[in-house]
Amino acid sequence: MLSRVADAIYWVGRYLERAENVARFVDVNLNLMLDLAHTATEQWKPLVQTSGDAEAFAKRYGEATQENVIHFLTFDAGNPNSILSCVTAARDNARSVREIISSEMWEQTNTWFHMVRDAAGGNEALGALNEFYVRVKMASHLFNGIADSTMSHGEAAHFLRLGRMLERADKTTRILDVKYFILLPEVAEVGSAFDSIQWSALLKSASANEMYRKRYGQLTPAKIVRFLLLDREFPRAVRYCVLEAESCLRAISGSAAGSYRNAAEQRLGRIAAELNYAQIEEVIAAGLHEYLDNLELVLNSASAAVFDTFFSLRPIQVSDSTHANGNA
Amino acid sequence: MTLPLLWNGNCCFRHIRSKPQPRRRRLIQTGAAHLDFQCRCTIAVLRRGKARAQSFRIRTRPCLLVNATPQVSHADRNQREQPVIFDRYCTEGFCDELFVADGQPRPIAELLIARIESLPAGSLERRQKAAEAAMYQLGITFNVYGEESGTERIIPFDIIPRIIAAAEWSSIERGLKQRIAALNLFIDDIYHAQKIVKDGVIPEELIGSAASLRAPCIGIDPPRGVWCHITGTDLVRDGDGRLYVLEDNLRCPSGASYVLENRRLLKRTFPSVFAAMNVRAVDDYPNRLLQTLQSLAPDGIDATVVVLTPGMHNSAYFEHSFLAQQMGVELVEGRDLTVLDGRVHMRTTQGMQRVDVIYRRIDDDFLDPRVFRSGSTLGVPGLMDVYRAGRVALANAPGTGIADDKAVYAYVPKIIKYYLDEGAILPNVQTWQCSDSSERGYVLANLDKLVVKAVNESGGYGMLVGPHASAEQRSQFARLIRAEPRNYIAQPTLALSRAPVLVGDRVEGRHVDLRPYVLYGSEIYVLPGGLTRVALRRGSLVVNSSQGGGSKDTWVQFAPTEQQGSRDA
Repeated sequence: MLSRVADAIYWVGRYLERAENVARFVDVNLNLMLDLAHTATEQWKPLVQTSGDAEAFAKRYGEATQENVIHFLTFDAGNPNSILSCVTAARDNARSVREIISSEMWEQTNTWFHMVRDAAGGNEALGALNEFYVRVKMASHLFNGIADSTMSHGEAAHFLRLGRMLERADKTTRILDVKYFILLPEVAEVGSAFDSIQWSALLKSASANEMYRKRYGQLTPAKIVRFLLLDREFPRAVRYCVLEAESCLRAISGSAAGSYRNAAEQRLGRIAAELNYAQIEEVIAAGLHEYLDNLELVLNSASAAVFDTFFSLRPIQVSDSTHANGNA
Repeated sequence: MTLPLLWNGNCCFRHIRSKPQPRRRRLIQTGAAHLDFQCRCTIAVLRRGKARAQSFRIRTRPCLLVNATPQVSHADRNQREQPVIFDRYCTEGFCDELFVADGQPRPIAELLIARIESLPAGSLERRQKAAEAAMYQLGITFNVYGEESGTERIIPFDIIPRIIAAAEWSSIERGLKQRIAALNLFIDDIYHAQKIVKDGVIPEELIGSAASLRAPCIGIDPPRGVWCHITGTDLVRDGDGRLYVLEDNLRCPSGASYVLENRRLLKRTFPSVFAAMNVRAVDDYPNRLLQTLQSLAPDGIDATVVVLTPGMHNSAYFEHSFLAQQMGVELVEGRDLTVLDGRVHMRTTQGMQRVDVIYRRIDDDFLDPRVFRSGSTLGVPGLMDVYRAGRVALANAPGTGIADDKAVYAYVPKIIKYYLDEGAILPNVQTWQCSDSSERGYVLANLDKLVVKAVNESGGYGMLVGPHASAEQRSQFARLIRAEPRNYIAQPTLALSRAPVLVGDRVEGRHVDLRPYVLYGSEIYVLPGGLTRVALRRGSLVVNSSQGGGSKDTWVQFAPTEQQGSRDA
């Protein structure tokens, strides 16, 4: 498969997953604000911080009002991580490889893009916005289902899934970070109704509420962190995503488990090992925020290694034509 | 076949009901609930009008029709006793593809017209809109140069198909095969001995001064001696009813993807009438194209074929990716390719992979910056060396443009005579060469009657339509012609034939041409049909999509003798 094509497919996976995640955050927060209306503590700023674009937001919008944040994260073409921008970028990438992906996948991406663009053109009422985020999430699920059942589970599908899994792992760490670091409640509020509403909102933004309940029952911060960070069966848990991403890489390169052939596999393997053997008590004792921060950094470096290994279009230097990507 | 009876719901319905033979009863029981009245009418009419030999097809057809179209309710039927949609259709004296005269469909179009007229009010417009929405949804678009980046438009699409009778098609097909065979021999000759020039058939000066002549191609022997693997030849029907070749496109002709997509939409739109019309399929094209490309590789190797595109912002990008997808081959850009060890390779996630055949959709000038335009980044440095060494095949071969130079075009009948010793089956449009001083004199004196074209432009650019031009435009072209006579030809303004198109809720005539596609690999193949392009502006004679033209599906009918046998061939 062409490097350029693999790159584009990987980014289709990442961008669409990102759009879905932004829709999750905003949607959960909209509901949360309704529940907390009486406390008058609007919490919109953390959403911007979750996305990592706090600086750009502050520069262009100033105050983190509901309206500003929603526009910034949803329809702002100037924000590269807004839903509109993500879906547009995903569509551009899909368009550049539409001969590789199935036409159903392209059609779904295109339909999704038109849906978001049309919504961006209108003035959505709050109720319609709720509906809009649901449609974005469903569009993403539909895309994943279509991809799963219309495209051969070969290299292209692995790159698509790799992108999606790395993006999802990154977003789950950010969700956790927001709650534990930024929303850190006053000591007096630990265990209060306010706190538990927030923890369950956090679980909901990862669509993890019901699955968590089935597994652990009561909402306990440590268990919630363990569930979202270390569960190996829940599809949005960081460990699940990393293990899946690792297996996609192996499927692409043919490396055996426990070994590596390129920097991407080496770095992702190391993250997987760390998560496999992590103890949640140790993590919290050492500082969850620091742990998550570091996790985001190493995930980024794994992502960079994927680029170097498979996508980079540097001038060719090797004359031995069969192993040009080697351990780049 | 002339149908003796046009749509009359009562009659046909009774006709079926009153003769409940076992087979028909089964048909009604299984299918009728889903069939609209016109379908039943069609069955009845065909049963009466057609020979028994075809009864099998007639019997089986309704299965295809189930749930095919919105049903016509009794109320609709009662309101629509009289056909209205074509009642004001006027040919205005032009030769029309579907009508002999006002209100009188050509025999080949009767069924289609009757079918359209039986639709409930507003249905045709709804279907037109649905088809356009589907194109947009599917991203069947082209990019518009010079507009905001990312601007995409669908090529306007008209829902009423054009129909070509089997006999006429067979002559078009023979004519195209003859023409492509001769043009290929011509190109090969030009890049070798130039016998045609030495024998005085074509002036040396005309070849030597052609901007499309590619010196780096001299002496090259492409596989099997074939240069023009993919051709799109533009045909027009003049007021006399005859088809003429307007121009040949042998470089990177576009539009085949629209033929396939238009057909897909039309099958969805008019399934019943489509099924009854014996239309030859076009879906085979990608497969034929792949065969043609694979035939360029040396025997016995499992050739890696790629489509080379300038990229996503090219106006024909949809077509490039569509064809690559349909053939199941990689769509590459110049930056994906590199020359290593004397061969072309593409950079993949698993390392370098050799490429054997390139269907290039970028112009000669951009193929190899070391040989042609040096600043270009679209192509592959060193590509021409590999090509000359016979280690990669290019389709179309670089240099084919010499045969679609519009000045050379005027000589094609002589070219056919010279190489094949045959008269041209498809005539040329009369053409005046501005390089010839007496012909130039005529052109300059008659600019208000002629169409003037720059010899190396395409897409409707660099063109003067004399009768529609202002005095200022004509004098500007006169200056251009005097300054650079070799660069211009002129042709009479043709009374291009028209076809009905849907304009709002009514039907009006618009001028059309036809671009059939010809593949030349181990044999010559002509795709039955091609792209019918429509000048959507009233009165306009320019059909190019870059000039706001649209397209229609083109239905070529099976000849009576080939209906059964060759359908699956």
